[in-house]
Amino acid sequence: MSKQINVALIGNPNTGKTSVFNALTGLNQKVGNYPGITVEKKEGICKLPRGVKAHIIDLPGTYSLNASSLDENVVIELLLNKNDKDFPDVAVVVSDVENLKRNLLLFTQIKDLEIPVILVINMADRMIRKGISLDIDYLEQQLNTKIALVSTRKSKGIDELKELISNYKELSVEPCMHASEIDKDYFDGLRKAFPNQLLYKLWLVITQDVNFGKTDRNEIDPVANFKTKSKADLKRLQQKETIKRYQFINDTLKKGQTIDLNTATDLRIKFDRVLTHKVWGYAIFLIILLTIFQAIYDWSSVPMDFIDSAFASLSEWTKNVLPSGAFTNLLAEGIIPGLGGIVIFIPQIAFLFLFISVLEESGYMSRVVFLMDRGMRRFGLSGKSVVPLISGTACAIPAIMATRNIESWKERLITILVTPFTTCSARLPVYLIIISLVIPEGRIFGLGYQALTLMLLYLIGFGAALISAMILNKVLKIKSKTFFVVEMPNYKWPMLKNVALTVLEKTKSFVFGAGKIILAISIVLWFLASYGPGDDFNKAEDIVAKEYASQNLSEEELQQHIASYKLEHSFIGITGRAIEPAIRPLGYDWKIGIAIVSSFAAREVFVGTLATIYSVGNDDEDTIKNRMAGEVNPILGGPLFNFASGISLLLFYAFAMQCMSTLAIVKRETNSWKWPILQLTIMSAFAYIVALIAYQVLT
Amino acid sequence: MEVTLAHLKRGERGIIIDVSSIHIPLKLLEMGCLPGNEVELVQVAPFADPMYLNVNGTHLAIRKETAIHILIDIINE
Repeated sequence: MSKQINVALIGNPNTGKTSVFNALTGLNQKVGNYPGITVEKKEGICKLPRGVKAHIIDLPGTYSLNASSLDENVVIELLLNKNDKDFPDVAVVVSDVENLKRNLLLFTQIKDLEIPVILVINMADRMIRKGISLDIDYLEQQLNTKIALVSTRKSKGIDELKELISNYKELSVEPCMHASEIDKDYFDGLRKAFPNQLLYKLWLVITQDVNFGKTDRNEIDPVANFKTKSKADLKRLQQKETIKRYQFINDTLKKGQTIDLNTATDLRIKFDRVLTHKVWGYAIFLIILLTIFQAIYDWSSVPMDFIDSAFASLSEWTKNVLPSGAFTNLLAEGIIPGLGGIVIFIPQIAFLFLFISVLEESGYMSRVVFLMDRGMRRFGLSGKSVVPLISGTACAIPAIMATRNIESWKERLITILVTPFTTCSARLPVYLIIISLVIPEGRIFGLGYQALTLMLLYLIGFGAALISAMILNKVLKIKSKTFFVVEMPNYKWPMLKNVALTVLEKTKSFVFGAGKIILAISIVLWFLASYGPGDDFNKAEDIVAKEYASQNLSEEELQQHIASYKLEHSFIGITGRAIEPAIRPLGYDWKIGIAIVSSFAAREVFVGTLATIYSVGNDDEDTIKNRMAGEVNPILGGPLFNFASGISLLLFYAFAMQCMSTLAIVKRETNSWKWPILQLTIMSAFAYIVALIAYQVLT
Repeated sequence: MEVTLAHLKRGERGIIIDVSSIHIPLKLLEMGCLPGNEVELVQVAPFADPMYLNVNGTHLAIRKETAIHILIDIINE
């Protein structure tokens, strides 16, 4: 048999649906986006008994078929569209043994769509501890389905589930209850008007309008116009439907499930008295954060240094081994460093997502959302924006990827747009060198001026993020209902397999998503810095040799002067000259201009570029620092890097969108060039104005 | 005066009477916030917002702006 069975995994959030997906598919999974929207689409292949293969889709978690977010709407769009290539032959509804009552609501809705359904009761290993016993035969009969008792933690029940999936044709498609009884007249009318359509499908189409607004459905479009009831009436009817379903579920579970409360233990409440406490809750959260950041800096510095030097030697090796020429240079100076610029982010991204997925898997993240919601709401953000904003101090790229669990598109978009203001680790080398040049070494109250300046820059970053969020909240006219209902799931030990797969998948999606664009721009920058028009560039060797002929320079020194001269007359050097009039009011010369232009690729390039321009063989910060201190302002005289131009530069880097990797990831996450371009324009303009004012006031 | 969820103090319990207000998202009902069910206020964030509830075994947090629309009877112990 060659046909694949289409299987859709559906379930409430926090039921371990993804664990079931991982158990079924292992590494045979891929993550993409649904076309046109940024909701993640997870699919994989599972081998069933007797050589049959199943194509499994892990649909976003939802509490019901009444969508209130983009994620949830994906579930309904798929289940309503029989022509979709992914339309399931069988739906597997995943439930959690402790929350069976709530989980069955979604199950009864899917039954009403007359799709074959298997019910997975997950976390069965907890039954004894929680004093729960189930009458599976009775439940199967009442719910008109087959049940698989599964424990992904103990790897139990997966084979039975596979067996059930391969025998899906034997499943009953009879609904287990009759929701239409809530208003007989209305539903009879509906049935008469559209006799060829499934009644519950009609009802979903009508109410989806009420819940969620526009959708594309040619097939049954006239249904949406079947408006014999007002919106308020429809909503009331939906409430009635929910109550009706719960009645049925309560009746079923009364016989099918017994819970011995004496043996049940609930640690959750005990933990939460402390972890969500007004004082202790925040203190513990702060300690966790500090630990995570310390760990990210400490743990990733070794692999990052290794990657840095490995790519440098690879580049060197390529130059030595391959015959010299344009292609070798492109490879050694463009492509290999470009790849290095992608790979070097991997340790930080991997570690950050390691921590985030552990916090999420354990259930702690919901508590953070609870603690921070009110504070963030003032700025048009949600409790769920906290994680990305804090992650941004390591790197904006994983931070922006971490916004995906914010349901409200508006709150998510604002979070994406303001995250690059937080002080990422790439700003650090720039800050450190400029601070050491222009801020005196004195102390006040035992704190060094230099350390205080650095701290102030971090605060400015957070402040800018929050204030711009507040402005965006006022300006952006995006309709998205923001209500706030967050489940506080039970605490669990994170499952290693789930954490590992998350880290792997996020890292992969960074390398292949943003990586392509970073590589492309690196090549362009290399080209602009390596070629120039006219004799000044092409005959640089002769010109420099002539100029320094009288001074007895060593070969190495001469080469440095040649490199510096070539850069000045390359396309990028000419660009630096061209923008000089624009940046002179900020206190910069053309060399700083080049550094700013080339550090558009990544902020830390600033130091390296200045190092090349000032003919320093390496970018060892002390040497470059001395060189920079010796630079003289060509017009005003005096040091080029003085207090005014230094502060101006610090502020410029605090606000400017100098990071093409971030732009690439914003493009990917918002699925449009509009937002990254807007971000680039506004942030750069703001940075320019602030730097201008700072320099003009301080000189 | 009508008693709402927002009147509960930490650790107090009540029985939900009415959730028909249009300001209550359907999602809350779907999570078990239905008339007749028992609700306990487990914890509150500063300024009593958001509120952390245990409704019939489901633990969830909602904002105060939603809680003021959920009518309840407070259980006096």
